[in-house]
Amino acid sequence: METLTVSADMPSTFTKENPERPDFTPQQLFRKQAAGEALTPDAEDSVHRHVLTVVIDNTIGALNRVANLFSQRGFNLESVTVGEAKEASQRRLTLVTTGNDRIIGQVLKQLHSLIDTIEVDDVTHEDHVERELCLVKVRCSATERAALLAVVEVFRANVVNITPDSLTFEVTGPTAKVNAFIGVMRDYDVREVARSGRVAMRRRLAFEH
Amino acid sequence: MSTSTTTSQNEAASTDEATQEATAPRLLATGAEILIRSLEAEGVEVVFGHPGGAIIGIYDEMHRIQPSFQHVLVRHEQGGTHAAEGYAKATGKVGTVLVTSGPGATNCVTGIADAYMDSIPLVVFTGQVPTHLIGNDAFQECDTIGVTRSITKHSFLVRDVRDLAETVRKAYHLASTGRPGPVVVDLPKDVLAARAPFRYPEKVTIRGYSVVGRGNADQVRKAAQMMAEAERPLFYVGGGTIISGGAEKLTELARRAQIPVTTTLHGLGAFPETDPLSVGMLGMHGTWYANQAVQNADLLIAVGARFDDRVTGKIEAWAPHARIIHIDIDPACISKNVPVDCPILGDVSMVLDQLDPLVEPAEHTEWLDRIDAWKQECPMDFARDGKLRPQEIIRALRDKTNGEAVVVTDVGQNQMWGAQFYSYVHPRSHITSGGLGTMGFSLPAAMGAAFGLRGTGRDVISINGDGGVMMNMQELGVAAAHGLPLKVVILNNNYLGMVRQWQELFHEERYSHTNLEPTNPDFVRLAEAFGCVGIYCDDPRDIDGTLDAAWKVRDRPVVMEFRVVTEEKVFPMVPAGAATDNMITAQYSPENCA
Repeated sequence: METLTVSADMPSTFTKENPERPDFTPQQLFRKQAAGEALTPDAEDSVHRHVLTVVIDNTIGALNRVANLFSQRGFNLESVTVGEAKEASQRRLTLVTTGNDRIIGQVLKQLHSLIDTIEVDDVTHEDHVERELCLVKVRCSATERAALLAVVEVFRANVVNITPDSLTFEVTGPTAKVNAFIGVMRDYDVREVARSGRVAMRRRLAFEH
Repeated sequence: MSTSTTTSQNEAASTDEATQEATAPRLLATGAEILIRSLEAEGVEVVFGHPGGAIIGIYDEMHRIQPSFQHVLVRHEQGGTHAAEGYAKATGKVGTVLVTSGPGATNCVTGIADAYMDSIPLVVFTGQVPTHLIGNDAFQECDTIGVTRSITKHSFLVRDVRDLAETVRKAYHLASTGRPGPVVVDLPKDVLAARAPFRYPEKVTIRGYSVVGRGNADQVRKAAQMMAEAERPLFYVGGGTIISGGAEKLTELARRAQIPVTTTLHGLGAFPETDPLSVGMLGMHGTWYANQAVQNADLLIAVGARFDDRVTGKIEAWAPHARIIHIDIDPACISKNVPVDCPILGDVSMVLDQLDPLVEPAEHTEWLDRIDAWKQECPMDFARDGKLRPQEIIRALRDKTNGEAVVVTDVGQNQMWGAQFYSYVHPRSHITSGGLGTMGFSLPAAMGAAFGLRGTGRDVISINGDGGVMMNMQELGVAAAHGLPLKVVILNNNYLGMVRQWQELFHEERYSHTNLEPTNPDFVRLAEAFGCVGIYCDDPRDIDGTLDAAWKVRDRPVVMEFRVVTEEKVFPMVPAGAATDNMITAQYSPENCA
């Protein structure tokens, strides 16, 4: 078939009588609810943020396939972290993605269907720990140093480097804490911010089923 | 092909590898030989290929070894991939393609994407520059793995000759199991020249890949319950039913439970269209009565189908009253486009086996009567006014072959008429490019099907438009050289007919760049130049005579050019993006159709 598109502005069955408020059949209601889609024209889809952990075989192009999946299928990818997993031949990823229930379901299934994928786990609603590491470099003269160090102490940030005109902090914690730290630092002369993205893990020995 | 049935053919490999390497280095095979031996061990019958610099070593070994498979030298790599697709669709086996690096690989991209969309098992071996040159922009280098990443089920770059045999086994296993698809194996030139002991593994384990089998028993019971409760059930059958070998089981089940059946484009042949329970194809160019049945059904049983947009139209308005059971082998297909009430993940054939004892005979008289009334109200028909109409040609082809031929259609109007008017009764008798919609598919795919069906006596018909047939016309020479008795039908309306139809209906008759008359060749003389028989026909009274003459030729392809009515359109039609209820019905009998 040709891939032309035509704007066919013909009314559909269920909007014909009442275009303002669609009159769904019970089946159509069921499908919309199952997909997490808006039930009225002015409402918005219920979009959630999900944290997924994925273990892949470290073969040529495996990481590429995961990243490619998101652009290929039009999924959102907010952050991704990659590193060695328990076994050296594997890589563990933590992905943060957003979408309604249907889309999140698709993300999980499509990740599963990659041949290199060994485990996919949606930890969002499970009891899990999440950490993010962030480095912040702030311009700071020797005279301002003491005051700034007192502020970052509240966040238990570490000073990882000092130069005559700068300080570099490392802060680790849940994303909210990192956000708060960066927010406070905005009052100073922030020169660089580097965030690792989230890593996540279930608290219990559940992931390996 | 399952892992357990594949046996290693190499006896030398049974000795200890280490000793062998130390004492008899001459027994080591080159990568090129290992590849050929692996294909033999895999039971490959036909390889569609085109040589080039990066894989010249393989062709040299082929010349020396004279392998057990046939190598078909195609004239363009795209034609080779489509031929392998046609072979795979007609036989149910894996199609094999062998091409060189760079342009050889990129020319395969369309065919690989086509196979990916239509779940066709292919293994495509591509040459690659030597490993030390990869990434250096070497001559005829292309990042084949990167280019094909999103259109393959999986891909491999072989960096070590010792991995080659196992990789081949993995490639065929992945291509043919689960939801089938294309697998690319990229072969650097130095790997093909390096030596290693050859042993073809009987079994391979791929971590992270498991093949789905039987469905969840509770879900199957729930489905049977829903089927028993339904008053207006409808089977919606897709290509997965044919791939899994479940067509006969489905037919038996539908007849026993008296459930009408509609099929998708790829599902054609899964249920005999001559059966009173058949409502034909659904969707954009499906029958009006099939779409009516969908819109009024209270239960849809989707079997190996994927709720494509050409089937559903405007998805919110599709099947508004139906609960849905979805049987599919691909978890990602379930609830992708339409959330379903009862998903059953499993091999269609096995799930139908599970369902079989749970489904009681039923009547559904009222529902079937309604469907019969719809069939009377707006039947599939065409005008018989002395002009040469394409639908009449398709009907004549059906009559000529008693519906027993394998019909390979191209893309566009010819594809839809071929789907609507042939009345398919056997699985694997209809082959087309459905998902990707690749013009130029039919001729090489029909050639591939003919190689696969050699010796079976089945006719292979290639149905084309004048647009698509030119896109892989070069393969006609290959079909002629091998003496394949292909029946090549060209429905010549001197236009890119489907685009012309959209321009007429939706773009106020602005026929922008769709007229092919100035560039169309004399198809009869072109056929003869390729060593085929060419026949011209422009009168409906000559259709039968043309077919009779064509069917007398058994030693070469016959090209039949039918000069059909330019203005003929495919109806009925759901405009793109419109609700299924808003079908434009046939132009011939408007008084019959709402």
